[in-house]
Amino acid sequence: MILRNRAALFASRLLRLAGTVLLTFVGLTAVTFSIGRFIPVDPVIAVVGDHATHEVYEKTRLAMGLDRSIPEQYLIYLGRIVHGDLGQSMLTSQRVIDDLYQYFPATFELATVATLIGVLVGIPAGVIAGAQKGRWPDHLVRVVGLFGYSVPVFWLGLVGLFIFYGKLDWVAGPGRLDVAYEDIVTRHTGVILIDSALAGEWDVFRNAFAHLILPASILGYFSLAYIARMTRSFMIDQLSQEYVTAAVIKGRSFWGAVWHHAFPNIMVPLITVVGLSYASLLEGAVLTETVFAWPGLGLYITRSLFNADMNAVLGGTLVVGAVFIGVNMICDFLYRIFDPRLRFA
Amino acid sequence: MTVAALHSWLMTDTPASRRQAATGNAYRALLAILANPAALAGLVIVSLLLVMAAFAPLLAGGVSPIAPDLLHRLAPSSAEHWFGTDELGRDIYARVVYGARVTLTIVVLVSIVVAPIGLAVGTLSGYLGGWIDVALMRITDIFLAFPRLVLALAFAAALGPGIENAVIAISLTAWPPYARLARAETATIARSDFIAAVVLQGASTPRILFRHIVPLCLSSVIVRLTLDMAGIILTAAGLGFLGLGAQPPTAEWGAMVSSGREVVLDQWWVATIPGIAIFVVSLGFNLLGDGLRDVFDPKSA
Repeated sequence: MILRNRAALFASRLLRLAGTVLLTFVGLTAVTFSIGRFIPVDPVIAVVGDHATHEVYEKTRLAMGLDRSIPEQYLIYLGRIVHGDLGQSMLTSQRVIDDLYQYFPATFELATVATLIGVLVGIPAGVIAGAQKGRWPDHLVRVVGLFGYSVPVFWLGLVGLFIFYGKLDWVAGPGRLDVAYEDIVTRHTGVILIDSALAGEWDVFRNAFAHLILPASILGYFSLAYIARMTRSFMIDQLSQEYVTAAVIKGRSFWGAVWHHAFPNIMVPLITVVGLSYASLLEGAVLTETVFAWPGLGLYITRSLFNADMNAVLGGTLVVGAVFIGVNMICDFLYRIFDPRLRFA
Repeated sequence: MTVAALHSWLMTDTPASRRQAATGNAYRALLAILANPAALAGLVIVSLLLVMAAFAPLLAGGVSPIAPDLLHRLAPSSAEHWFGTDELGRDIYARVVYGARVTLTIVVLVSIVVAPIGLAVGTLSGYLGGWIDVALMRITDIFLAFPRLVLALAFAAALGPGIENAVIAISLTAWPPYARLARAETATIARSDFIAAVVLQGASTPRILFRHIVPLCLSSVIVRLTLDMAGIILTAAGLGFLGLGAQPPTAEWGAMVSSGREVVLDQWWVATIPGIAIFVVSLGFNLLGDGLRDVFDPKSA
């Protein structure tokens, strides 16, 4: 009986989540549709050019469905998105969806490594800062966080390139690989670190790593600042509670209480924090990718933008937005599953 | 009136008028900020930004921020050009000073667009409740779930580059947190007795919203706005860096960093110095915002 209730509860929650996701996606498509439909440029001229005859113009206009009402046009647009049709890119003359498939792994690789850095450094730093509240590790984490909230990412990227590539020559320059290493490894996942490791091409792996480490560290720094700040405040919250005092009185060492009693309790809210920072890195990569000529979604969107390739810009926005929304929702869901208090609420 | 008398007039527990109570509260907040070194540093930086923007021609010593001087391209720092010159021989110091105007314009414009929209949506939603609340909050949630920079990028691309369009793009993606905040505040205020009292006195809904609820939401909205300022400046600078903000030859910090990109390995100052300006100003707003939050809302500190 209890089991059946739980299953029903789970199902209803899943359903509600699906409803929210659907609604948000509809909202996102409504925004991209509006941008695409109401830009000051005539969408027909954008396709046929200025010199088209009146007949060609009319024919294209009808073919594009622009004679229909706005709600109808929106439904057609939705239908095409559901079928994965985001239109043609004028710049690459490929389907936008294929372009995005090509560019996505680079962003994925960058954001994932950056989040790993943020988690591996940010969580311990936040725990220590929270446990040592008011002492130097705490101040250090606060200063590092404040710097991270104030510094422009594109500028930090340039300064990083100047110091670590230009002056010290510790890392490789912009791009994902040196020209000499390109096209050696066949594409399986599109993530060069994985593909080269699978193929056993360790030279390629090392080169890719040298290219990746600087942009990933810079992005990772921003995620670290956020994760450490949140971890710190969760930790302070937990340590002020009586069960920690009780554990210490029973003979637990202070750090034992921190790691074994308080830390498991902050892991649940941390899931959301890490997910949020991951989602924001996927989009925050736009500026970093521009600085490092990193061939990901951000570079694709900005490059298309300057060539007035609206299909590509809106398609890219839609995909980044969808991933962003998706990651956020998954975190929200995981949070509810992992928190025993919310499981039955 | 002597200073001591003014002080006691401001600090009195029994103000004789609304004006005295209001100025007294502002005075107390100012004292609290002055007592907090970090917040004070933030206040100083933000004041410096205001001074720089107001007296830009004077501070730049009459040097034009936009007139090219191709004979002195990419000159390093010297007595004549404190921060060196850029790729068109323009004095970087003068451009940084004038850039304060652009940054301030964007920040002010975004604030006066975002705060009223957020307040309107939030207070209406919180006070009226029912299906209006549900509908408005769903819309807010949808906008909240969007990626800000990418959406601002798409807007700016559709509207065309320029300061006004950058402001619109940023505002369209920045208002939802304010609506959430105002709604939460309104929900508590609406249940209090004094609102019930004005309702019984026959006050109309618009009057209750504008005269009684909005003023009480204002302080937390302002604190939030100060905390968000750094993010707004960074987004604006990012759009400028991508070429979607202020157009050349206007001195805009993000665009200035971008113009130094090609020469960063040899003439590092061209890209570095405007970036420091962006950093310092965002830092100032962050410090001031943290301080304001500690003063106005000690709970969440």
